[in-house]
Amino acid sequence: MENLEKILAQHPFFKGMPPEHVAYLAGCAANARYNPGDFIFRNGQPANQFFLIRYGTISLEIFVPGKGAVMIETVQEGNVMGWSWLVPPYRWHFDARALELTRAIVMDGECLRKKCAEDPRLGFELMSRIARLIEERLRATQLQLIDIYGKD
Amino acid sequence: MAARQDPMIPLPYRIETVQRETGDTFTLTLVPAAGDQIGPFAAGQFNMLYIFGVGEVPISISGDPSESGKLVHTIRAVGSVTRAMQRLKAGQVIGVRGPFGSSWPLEQAQGNDVVVIAGGIGLAPLRPVLYTLVKYRERFGKVILLYGSRTPEDILFRRELEKWRQRFDMEVSITVDRATGRWRGNVGVVTKLIPRAPFDPYSCIAMVCGPEIMMYYSVLSLKDQGVPTECIYISMERNMKCAIGFCGHCQYGPYFICKEGPVFRYDQVESLLNKREI
Ligand SMILES: Cc1cc2nc3c(=O)[nH]c(=O)nc-3n(C[C@H](O)[C@H](O)[C@H](O)COP(=O)(O)OP(=O)(O)OC[C@H]3O[C@@H](n4cnc5c(N)ncnc54)[C@H](O)[C@@H]3O)c2cc1C
Ligand code: FES
Repeated sequence: MENLEKILAQHPFFKGMPPEHVAYLAGCAANARYNPGDFIFRNGQPANQFFLIRYGTISLEIFVPGKGAVMIETVQEGNVMGWSWLVPPYRWHFDARALELTRAIVMDGECLRKKCAEDPRLGFELMSRIARLIEERLRATQLQLIDIYGKD
Repeated sequence: MAARQDPMIPLPYRIETVQRETGDTFTLTLVPAAGDQIGPFAAGQFNMLYIFGVGEVPISISGDPSESGKLVHTIRAVGSVTRAMQRLKAGQVIGVRGPFGSSWPLEQAQGNDVVVIAGGIGLAPLRPVLYTLVKYRERFGKVILLYGSRTPEDILFRRELEKWRQRFDMEVSITVDRATGRWRGNVGVVTKLIPRAPFDPYSCIAMVCGPEIMMYYSVLSLKDQGVPTECIYISMERNMKCAIGFCGHCQYGPYFICKEGPVFRYDQVESLLNKREI
């Protein structure tokens, strides 16, 4: 556990978070490893995890009939993945597939929600960090939508 | 062969090769058709290319500045002149005036990390920089190329990118907006690569080229990393006619892009970039 706590504290997502909060959240964490090609989750499955990538690359994909899997984003070392565990009905809206050997810390969504409810200050801290991520993702998606390498 | 003087008179150049890069982009290699040729160029400069009876367009030089004689231009077919250029064949002759404009700050970059950020066709005006960085590699700190393209099929200069990527003294990261099936690289906008790139923000020169919106967001991200605006350079495009600072066609605030540009230090043009009417 002590080891996981150290790894969490070093991950950019938890940078600057009070150590007692990190220690408390570490109770929800576990180590995971994925081989190239492994599906980490699939669209429609229950979403109950939050991933902090330590190493490797994961592709987020949407299946488009007639086109196959369209990659919409890749996440790598230092990134986090997944916030569907935060909002009902807690289901994934895309597939996540490891492109290479990937190591991650997986945090249990139900456990996180419970801890946030027990300690609202910690909950606010965690939600603020996740809100920042969602905002970053939204901005990136907007740039992808306006086709920034386009002709006009 | 002598270098010619009058900057308004195109010199005839014969197309030696036409290389298809992507569906809408191609590279012309030109050699002087008569005796005269234009003078040497610096990375970032452009020529005016003229198709007889169709029109003239400014196009950056995408070849190696240390190779004299041949001119290399990479062109994306977007309108009447560039589409007509796409139909040209080896052996045909076009007119060339140049080289014009300012260049990328390769001198200032010496001793510093160099971050080259390109979007779409913006890799073409930066290719001469990359040739120079590779040729005089020991003069620079870390060399990093971040390149964003719409899809894997739109990636320019694949073979060269692969060669540079395999070098141990260069970091090459490519990202696309979307991909299917076999793509194994990054997906996401080019600005996402900037925070991960291992350069020293306090001792680097960043050169950014692509559509204005892409340059704008790339500069924001560079600034977030702590890179001072005086160390960031961008290349601006406007319609041109004379290319020698006469006609005012390319005016951009207080500047004529054909003369003071196309390469500007970012703090020179920062206040103009967000003005809608310019
Ligand atoms: C200094 C400088 C360097 C350039 N270097 C290159 C280069 O290396 N390779 C290259 O392919 N192009 C380059 N360009 C852009 C090129 O000059 C234009 O694409 C060209 O002038 C378009 O002419 P056209 O007659 O084919 O299109 P037009 O018929 O004039 O325009 C057709 C359509 O293309 C759009 N368009 C026009 N100009 C541009 C532009 N600059 N960028 C995007 N869309 C445009 C118009 O909005 C219009 O919708 C450069 C421009 C400048 C000013
Ligand atoms: S194109 Fe005539 S002044 Fe620039």
